[in-house]
Amino acid sequence: MTGEAYGELMRQINSGKFVFTGELEPVKTTNLKEVIEGAKVLKSSVVAVNVTDNPTAFGYMNALVPSYVIQKEAGVEAVYQMTTRDRNRLALISDVLAASTLGIKNILVLTGDHTTVGDTPQAKPVFDLDSATFVYMLRKMMDEGVDLNNNKIEEPPKFNIGIAAAPNADPLEPEILKIERKVKLGVDFIQTQCVYGVDQAKSFLDAASYLNTPILIGVAPFKSVSMMEWMVKFVPGIKVPEEIQGRIRKAKETGGKEAVYEANIDIFAELMKGIRKTTGAAGIHAMAIGFEWIIPKIIERAGL
Amino acid sequence: MIIAKPKPLKDVFEMTKGFDRLLLVGCDGCVSVTQAGGERQAEVLKALLEMERRVKGETAPKAKAVSILRQCDRQIATTALNPLIDEYDAIVCLGCGVGVQTLASLYPSKPTFPANDTMFLGMHDTKADKFYEMCRACGDCLLHETGGICPITRCAKSLLNGPCGGQSKGKCEVGGGKNDCAWVLIYNRLKERNRLDLFTKFRPPRDHRFSEHPRELGDEAEEEVTA
Repeated sequence: MTGEAYGELMRQINSGKFVFTGELEPVKTTNLKEVIEGAKVLKSSVVAVNVTDNPTAFGYMNALVPSYVIQKEAGVEAVYQMTTRDRNRLALISDVLAASTLGIKNILVLTGDHTTVGDTPQAKPVFDLDSATFVYMLRKMMDEGVDLNNNKIEEPPKFNIGIAAAPNADPLEPEILKIERKVKLGVDFIQTQCVYGVDQAKSFLDAASYLNTPILIGVAPFKSVSMMEWMVKFVPGIKVPEEIQGRIRKAKETGGKEAVYEANIDIFAELMKGIRKTTGAAGIHAMAIGFEWIIPKIIERAGL
Repeated sequence: MIIAKPKPLKDVFEMTKGFDRLLLVGCDGCVSVTQAGGERQAEVLKALLEMERRVKGETAPKAKAVSILRQCDRQIATTALNPLIDEYDAIVCLGCGVGVQTLASLYPSKPTFPANDTMFLGMHDTKADKFYEMCRACGDCLLHETGGICPITRCAKSLLNGPCGGQSKGKCEVGGGKNDCAWVLIYNRLKERNRLDLFTKFRPPRDHRFSEHPRELGDEAEEEVTA
């Protein structure tokens, strides 16, 4: 059953509060210090933090452990990201049961980038389930207390389920219909890939409004000019207006790294404010991997 | 048809090293279309094997090149090869992986070497002289629901409920953006037919037992005949 809140993220969304979520990336390490520090930094301004699952198919630490650890050590609710790329349905069931046991409240269901775009492109891609069939399995586990074969689960798990969306998908209609498929199965919230204009957020939210599902719009400042250029060039569906690119580049030329950060704070505060004031978004999903400290500053400057 | 391409020559030279009596067997079936396995290819490979040995200062092997109608048919292969096989120590097979295994099972005492890499089940565009993978033999066809476009094969993730976020302007990010996103193709086709209901339909998880391998076919037919 959707709508019921199992954690603080969904409680705040249901209360109508405009929410912020952040994002952390456990990397190729056995050390969680940076993730815990990042969670502590984000805590002041976000209600929950996504923990990525082998993002762009890079082999990193399993996301469940840091999801648990940030809840325990930093007191921040996790959105445990789970892709279907690396695990078949048996392994997904195992991790879902483990996550619920560890007190995880939110799962973001993802198909996952293809193995060939990652750091171990020789790997066998799994994709036993896709994001829709994974949602279907989760609903069965939670609502009926059974697995895909109707085998009973002792003490079924409870989660709020999120899905991702690509607001700049071109063509957009198949993307919207795909989301509709999943919404009909039962999802609680949607977090989107990043947008770089209020207009981008608006046109997506308009197209998806009939789904009546809370949508958190993705916002991702640029750590550097080269990161911006890489994203513009390689990430499908990223549209960064020339005006923003110009401001970031100019900042770099005139004041170096610090000025780039300052320009980011201005640019993304304006963007967040615009999204908050002029769209029907339920909140913002803010992604600043490796420079999480900037998120509270942006939110503060936006006056949100 | 089954699409195959010749292995690098150095690999074939390496596998056949030390064998002096080689029977090169082509196949006039699928692989002859990709020019990996017909009679002419068997003749060419024979010439190359002989040349390689001579270049290395060795005696050229006793080699014979033949081609048979379909290597994957045990009876056809037996009829064609039984009269020849005793004079050779090893077989170089220019068929697909099925051909190699058929010959290896018929002549278990003769090492059988694959001269080709078997790639996929494909469609031939004769005009463009290109071959495209179209079917992964999943054993549970859903083409009636997807506008005649197979997402199991043509979506890099085999999604039942696509598209994913990895498409841009209808192209898939896997493979460098040259391939069409199967789910955008499916969307366009179903929209043309006014059947977007099939697009939005949720497809539950696949039963992978349909493609549990090795598979076989035939017992049922036999039962019907005897019954």
